[in-house]
Amino acid sequence: MNKDIMICGVGGQGTVLASKIIAASAMDEGYTVHSAETIGMAQRGGPVTSHVRIGDDAFSPLIPIGGADLLIAFEPSEAVRNLKYLKKDGFVIVNSVPMKPTSLGSSEGYDGKAEIEFVKSKCSCLIVNSDELCAPFGSSKFFNVAVLGAASGSGELGIKKKTICDEIVKIVPERFKEKNLAAFAAGYKLGEER
Amino acid sequence: MSKKYVMGNGAIALGALSAGVNMVAGYPGTPSSEIIETVAKYPHEGTYVEWSVNEKAAMEVASAAAYCGARAMVTMKQVGLNVASDPLMSLAYVGVKGGMVVVSADDPGPISSQTEQDTRRFAEFARIPVFDPSSPEEAFEMVRDAFDCSEKYRTPVILRPTTRVDHAYASVEAPDSFKAKEYEGFVKDSKKWVIFPRLSYMNHAMIEKRNTEIGNDFSSYLFNTVTGSSEKAVVATGVSYAYAAEFLKEHPDVRLIKVGTPYPLPESFLLKALDGVSEVLCFEELSPYIEESLLKLAGKHHLDINVRGKLTGDVPPSGENDADSARQIISRFLGFAQDEKSVDYSDAPQPPARPPVLCAGCPHRASFYAVKRAMKGKKAYFCGDIGCYTLGNAMPLDMVDTCLCMGAGITMAQGFNHMDSDATAISFTGDSTFFASGMTGVVNAVYNAADMIVCVLDNSTTAMTGHQPHPGTGRNMMAAPVEKVSIEKILLAAGVKKVITVDPLDLDAAVEAVKECAKLKGVKAIIFKSPCIAIEKSNKKMRVDSQKCVGCLRCIKEIGCPALSVTDGKAVIDENLCTGCGLCSKLCAVGAIGGV
Repeated sequence: MNKDIMICGVGGQGTVLASKIIAASAMDEGYTVHSAETIGMAQRGGPVTSHVRIGDDAFSPLIPIGGADLLIAFEPSEAVRNLKYLKKDGFVIVNSVPMKPTSLGSSEGYDGKAEIEFVKSKCSCLIVNSDELCAPFGSSKFFNVAVLGAASGSGELGIKKKTICDEIVKIVPERFKEKNLAAFAAGYKLGEER
Repeated sequence: MSKKYVMGNGAIALGALSAGVNMVAGYPGTPSSEIIETVAKYPHEGTYVEWSVNEKAAMEVASAAAYCGARAMVTMKQVGLNVASDPLMSLAYVGVKGGMVVVSADDPGPISSQTEQDTRRFAEFARIPVFDPSSPEEAFEMVRDAFDCSEKYRTPVILRPTTRVDHAYASVEAPDSFKAKEYEGFVKDSKKWVIFPRLSYMNHAMIEKRNTEIGNDFSSYLFNTVTGSSEKAVVATGVSYAYAAEFLKEHPDVRLIKVGTPYPLPESFLLKALDGVSEVLCFEELSPYIEESLLKLAGKHHLDINVRGKLTGDVPPSGENDADSARQIISRFLGFAQDEKSVDYSDAPQPPARPPVLCAGCPHRASFYAVKRAMKGKKAYFCGDIGCYTLGNAMPLDMVDTCLCMGAGITMAQGFNHMDSDATAISFTGDSTFFASGMTGVVNAVYNAADMIVCVLDNSTTAMTGHQPHPGTGRNMMAAPVEKVSIEKILLAAGVKKVITVDPLDLDAAVEAVKECAKLKGVKAIIFKSPCIAIEKSNKKMRVDSQKCVGCLRCIKEIGCPALSVTDGKAVIDENLCTGCGLCSKLCAVGAIGGV
């Protein structure tokens, strides 16, 4: 299997954990994996991306434009910003809840709705709402694992559900294990229903 | 042995541990910081690890280890090498006994740096070898080769990864625990270890002769490779090679030359690799280093080769390369048709700008705001420095007028004071930066009778680069607790007239402290002390009472906290981001913001 997965969002949303779990799961299944993250000054509230490249075809850590099989976007405008990385027949999972930028001028009026419509018009996608999805768990901090569930349930990840759950157990802190597994299950259900 | 999925920086650390490294020292700086953290993380016996106060200190501490015959590694970002260049230039003349590898991470883009400088130039300047890995896997191998090269030729050797190698993840096969190698210890020999003009003269001649030999060694080096046999060739270095190789895997006939050791140039390898080539494209980042090297090589050997790259405008002069620029630039060079892979997204809604900002609840925001409030209506210059708090320049705080390099905030504020004594000169320096190179500036200001206020933003950590400890933290990489070095005592000992330590989140007290210092002559200092919010997690939240909120949006307009935004004309707080610092509640005129 060769699969390029891009995860994007805003610094602090937990994209790095999601990419770590995908990379570790793919390795558990015997694939060669390369990945890359945004680190440093750019991550403080700025747009962030993780590139996860599964399979032997990847030489470099970055997915080329038009190369991603799957785009997981934690935020509507970040989905739009990175849509160019998607393959023509690629799949997008996008959170419809916007992160409003701090600067006053541009945050007024931005609600993510036009962005979601745009994504829908351009490619096949699954829209998820992090507020609704994470409500039972008390914090949108569980969205990163919930959206992995959605990706897994949609069948676009190419990795077994059990492998991912085993990695979640290994990677997340013990006291959050149950909630993370429940968040994954909730997302998985949404993904299956797409 | 086991397979480990690690960042490039982790691979460098594992490579050094596998090579039996005895000492690792460095100063944090993106993209290099994770190397030392990884060394400290894996079980190791006999390896000494430290975060030094700055890169110069790290280089000197490690030099002593190498004089002892031990293996030493120093890590830093590229601008850190500027700080460490004094010991490095001399060390290049003196040489080493144990292997010494200087890791200087370059940052094309730049993504998190002040400059797009090229460490390969520094290697040539210092006349020492440089290894240039194209992937984490290669970096892992190259560290060990660099140690061997260093010991064989008794010279410090540079390893130059770039951001995309440092921060890329890949698997390497490495042991699970490590043991440092045995070493002889320091053997006194003043003719060897004390740099004098005579020694420098002798060694300079030896170095020039030796570098030809190293170039010959490199000509048979594993990571200098050539594939394909076309008349038009591509030469690539570092991660640019990975991009080029990925694109050219569909065109295996195209001659692709990788240079893994840019200096000393592997001449005989290149002469052979370029045999039958009429035109060559140099695909590299930062400076046209290989391009200029090939121009020299072509001149020296009368080669009839057209050398293209940055100097000919084929490759952009600045910024980083990527898979897409590789496809476009190499296709243009080879005359391939440009395939239109991507869908047209020109009708996309413009995504909002997201400049990096201080975190919600960051105490630096409160410090800047206190100074801003105290100096309102007064002429003042605000000299910033390197760290998270450079972000104090963003609107609406707008409190950083200058930022040059580590430590320059204090010294530049002093300079402004001498040129314009009507204005109040104020510097902002983080705690780690204060220890790194701020202290000397304070002494300079006191000695030269400046009138200024030194603000130390003390959050007890090196936050921007990932929360490394420093002399004021109370722990080091080998032990905890260690005695904290007191910033207050240093300031007082240097002769600073007035030193006030205040909690920036106590807004009234903080404003008062600034006003009090502004009235006094001489050098005054305020230590704004409050822990980094990313370390000292808070469960507190603030909430806007929408009944009381009148929609003046003063909270948003004055402090620009990312947890604050507007909905239906009123301020709202994102409780996922809010840390309950309460700064916004202190400036709400109608008391609409309170704790949850």
